[in-house]
Amino acid sequence: MIEHYLEQASTFAADIDNLILLITVTVGFWFLLAQFLFFGFILKFRAQEGKKAQYISGENKKEKRWVSLPHYATLFFDVLIIIAAIRVWQDVKMTMPQADSTVRIVVQQWAWTFVHPGPDNKLDTADDIRTVDELHVEKDKTYHFELQSRDVLHSFSVPAFRLKQDAIPGRTIKGWFKPTLTGGFDIQCTEICGIGHGIMAARVLIENAADHAAWVKANAPQVAAVTPTAPADNVPTGGSR
Amino acid sequence: MSTATAEAGHGHSHDAHGHHDEGFIKKYFWSTDHKIIGFQYMFTGMFMALIGGFTVYAFRMQLAFPGMSVPGFGRVTAHDYNSLVTTHGSVMIFWVAMPVLIAALGNYLIPLMIGCDDMVFPRINRLSYQIFLLSAVVLIASFFVEGGAFGGAWTAYPPLSASAAYNLTPKGAPLWLIAVALEFVAFLLGGINFITTVMNSRAPGMKMFDVPIVVWMIIIASILFMASVGPLVAGAVMLLFDQTVGTGFFDPSRGGDPVLWQHLFWFFGHPEVYVVLLPAMGVVAEIITVFSRKKLFAYKTVLYTAIGTGVLSFFVWAHHQFVAGIDPRMANIFSVTTLLISIPVAEMVFVYIATLYGGSIRLTTPMLWALAFIGEFLIGGVTGIFLGSSGSDIYFHDTYFVIAHFHYTFFPIAFIGSFAAITYWFPKMFGKMMNETWGKVHFWGTIVSFNFIFIPLFFLGARGDHRRIYDYTHFPDLMRSGMQELRVLATLALIVLLAFQVIFLVNFFYSLVKGKKAEQNPWKANTLEWVAASPPPHGNFPELPTVYRGPYEYSHPEARDDYWPQNQPPATA
Amino acid sequence: MAFPRPIATTRSVTGIPTGRLAVWWVIASEIVIFGGVLGSYIMHRLGHSDWQYQSANTNTWAGAFNTLVLLTSSLCAVLAHQAAEKKDGPKAARFLMFTVLGGLTFLVVKAFEWTNEIKHGYTLTSNTFWSFYYTAAGLHGFHVLAGMVIMLFVAADARKNRELQRVENIGIYWHFVDVVWIFLFPLLYIAK
Ligand code: HEA
Ligand code: HEA
Ligand code: CUA
Ligand SMILES: [Cu+2]
Repeated sequence: MIEHYLEQASTFAADIDNLILLITVTVGFWFLLAQFLFFGFILKFRAQEGKKAQYISGENKKEKRWVSLPHYATLFFDVLIIIAAIRVWQDVKMTMPQADSTVRIVVQQWAWTFVHPGPDNKLDTADDIRTVDELHVEKDKTYHFELQSRDVLHSFSVPAFRLKQDAIPGRTIKGWFKPTLTGGFDIQCTEICGIGHGIMAARVLIENAADHAAWVKANAPQVAAVTPTAPADNVPTGGSR
Repeated sequence: MSTATAEAGHGHSHDAHGHHDEGFIKKYFWSTDHKIIGFQYMFTGMFMALIGGFTVYAFRMQLAFPGMSVPGFGRVTAHDYNSLVTTHGSVMIFWVAMPVLIAALGNYLIPLMIGCDDMVFPRINRLSYQIFLLSAVVLIASFFVEGGAFGGAWTAYPPLSASAAYNLTPKGAPLWLIAVALEFVAFLLGGINFITTVMNSRAPGMKMFDVPIVVWMIIIASILFMASVGPLVAGAVMLLFDQTVGTGFFDPSRGGDPVLWQHLFWFFGHPEVYVVLLPAMGVVAEIITVFSRKKLFAYKTVLYTAIGTGVLSFFVWAHHQFVAGIDPRMANIFSVTTLLISIPVAEMVFVYIATLYGGSIRLTTPMLWALAFIGEFLIGGVTGIFLGSSGSDIYFHDTYFVIAHFHYTFFPIAFIGSFAAITYWFPKMFGKMMNETWGKVHFWGTIVSFNFIFIPLFFLGARGDHRRIYDYTHFPDLMRSGMQELRVLATLALIVLLAFQVIFLVNFFYSLVKGKKAEQNPWKANTLEWVAASPPPHGNFPELPTVYRGPYEYSHPEARDDYWPQNQPPATA
Repeated sequence: MAFPRPIATTRSVTGIPTGRLAVWWVIASEIVIFGGVLGSYIMHRLGHSDWQYQSANTNTWAGAFNTLVLLTSSLCAVLAHQAAEKKDGPKAARFLMFTVLGGLTFLVVKAFEWTNEIKHGYTLTSNTFWSFYYTAAGLHGFHVLAGMVIMLFVAADARKNRELQRVENIGIYWHFVDVVWIFLFPLLYIAK
């Protein structure tokens, strides 16, 4: 359902949307049934002159069906939903498919710094490309990300990817995504992080192979071209935290 | 003995050498009478609802019309926005839902419904309210200190909340924390009082299963609160030290752990939502039985599901932290426990629906509210499943979908439940009837506009609107066609809703003074509070009642009438 | 203060006197508070093996002595209860005063300990271990102090043979405070 509003720009976006659809259908059915009975009873059993209400204690076996039926039905559908949910969760958060490339995302009040690996496809080398509030990735490539925060909690969220992960100062949190569409999409900070939380926006720009290569070429720091084998620790900006 | 206490209250008005003002203060501010303390909580809660409502008006105007100067507030800056949201959330939960549903109803109803003359610790009860009042004052004061009110959300996650360098509210943050901590103390004292009163002071003959469901629910809620709040009290002390003396409990660079706070907070925070849910469910049980003239379907099952919900609620807290950086394996476990909690809640809902079956339903104002509670809460309940399922929560976490989910639970609880309770017990509380016509106008206006606020928020959340954002224009994907219109719609609906509350307040205060005089038992209900006069005098009952049967014997084949009061001896039936 | 007692206060459906029942609920709510502090501490402790070098700087002997003091004071509380059972108010009051004395000794020893530690630079903010150390022990010390104050009031009444049931209630509370210390002592002082 979500896809009608927002593109599915990553491999797992469709899985999450399908899970949401599944929940909508199963829970929606029970919701409608409950509302149907609810309104039905209200309409049917309105007070009438001279008609006494029935006396039902709800304690005997036959009457208890009202309780046991929802009990087992809910249990059954819960199990169904849990299985579907955990399968998606496993895929998105617990497995790390082989990466084509790794980016580092450093958040702080209230800006994003994206460290791209540059031409050598390795982080912490001299040719890393650092950008602010703009993440450049290539379509159909699997990315790992390393999420770090410099001050408070933030959260890296890309709705078009259906991806969200909080950043915690002092830790590096890893995850992955694989973009499937070209174009630009919002990156949001979804954890309150102070006054600037509301303007902590960034964009992810997904390019096809040729465009991405061109972008990398145009933006790679010059040092890299001159001394391609420069060790990481000679470069002041490249140190990892 | 009972006459002695009743006389003591009576003698007051004839007090020859008592000054009038002193009597007033003594009666309404320094009283140990449980009914007066209940009123104190209720009126404070209603006043705080105005603050909760005003803050939401200010920040929703900003969302609909970014940058405008909001009438009555002025321009909403980013800092204001965060403070307003934080205050709105905290006030509505801790200073509206809790005092009205637990403290006001608990204080007012428990002694009356179990047939005794007061709480077992009347003076501790008074102290509990005074601490509560102090907490409200501290919270309001935090708006006027240097740096302004705390804006780190009601969840107050550190390191943001722990350091003024990050949150920029050096005074507001500690004051907020102190206010919340004081409120906890007030409710701990109140809870101990409720529990011991019900355990020890029930009327002769009132067995465990003769206690009305609403009393049970308040007791279960008090126990839940007591058992879950401890770790957060400890956490609050730690956070206060982080804020004020510079410890590093939650500071990762000094060996602390910010995620620990999240665990402490949600270990309390999740049971807390059932702490307010259960009393509202209890109110609904009282009302639907009376106005459908039916025995409550499966009384014991209701109890067991409430207890089951309470127990389970201690094992689900991390569903608020699925993507917070906890071990992803933990998410699987908590997803399972979270979905399991839908079982007892679903049972409870179905039991209520079953109670309507075969009834003789009269749609009075309180009954409309009670029924609306069931219908609306269902929406909030089922949308919780989308969030409890870990896979889909990756997308929904911290979006307006969550906001809409919990307003579909909280609004029914805090307002629909309170309106049900107030309209139902008003005759008892004040000895006057409320106006039915205006009551219904208020009902329909509120219900319709309420849905127009929050249905749009579900859609906005599904389209990616995230929480606590004061201006969406920075996010191109969130400014696509139709989205701003939905925000405006929600805000306009809110203004309509607020306008309808004026009707309620006028009806309330007008009826208080000029309403038709209420009989002792206008709804023909069974429970003991209706045995007392309307309003009950100090000491409650002319003669303390004895109980012969359960509270829901409506339309019993052996009874003469379609109700059978709990205190009526069997012979007279 | 003349205070008309509601009938509610005289009932006892469970058979347990209301005061004692309430004390148990107070303790229940306190258990979770201390549980929160200790649980958080243990979680941190497991994650920081280096804290053993910090905790080595606590004064285990002073802690052990204080354990003894609290246990003795608890014994006095039991004796006070027994005297109250026999309706011997003055005797109960005397034992309560011994209990208070125990609490006082405890606090004095604590004061010396803390001054010494602070002099050596181990303050509330020097390290998260010490933050926990002072917070947990401070919270406990606060309970000791509160218990002592209440006990003085109870003893004053008991001396006049009034409200003797309160002797038992405050005793239960005191035992609880004692038990909390029994948990704190090994966790803060001994655990390596
Ligand atoms: C009183 C308030 C209340 C209540 C009752 C609930 C009830 C539930 N809540 Fe909600 N919740 C909140 C208040 C409440 N919640 C608040 C305030 C937040 C946000 C806090 C914040 O971040 O600021 C929140 C957030 C929240 C989250 C975290 C979302 C996020 O931040 O990512 C989750 C996730 O699991 C969740 C789940 C649930 C579930 C499963 C229930 C269940 O109890 C619902 C059970 C009920 C039903 C399921 C309906 C009846 C059943 C049927 C009709 C049968 C059919 C059902 C099935 C087949 C399953 N809630
Ligand atoms: C009990 C809880 C409760 C209640 C009732 C409400 C009521 C409302 N809430 Fe609130 N809300 C929260 C709890 C609650 N909220 C919480 C916890 C948050 C999260 C905060 C955070 O992120 O930190 C939140 C956040 C929140 C947001 C998200 C802000 C953001 O993230 O940027 C929004 C947005 O629209 C919103 C809107 C509303 C609206 C329109 C109402 C309306 O329904 C309000 C209507 C107001 C009234 C009706 C009051 C006047 C009525 C009377 C005076 C009548 C007499 C009163 C009695 C009988 C008691 N709320
Ligand atoms: Cu960064 Cu919100
Ligand atoms: Cu929850």
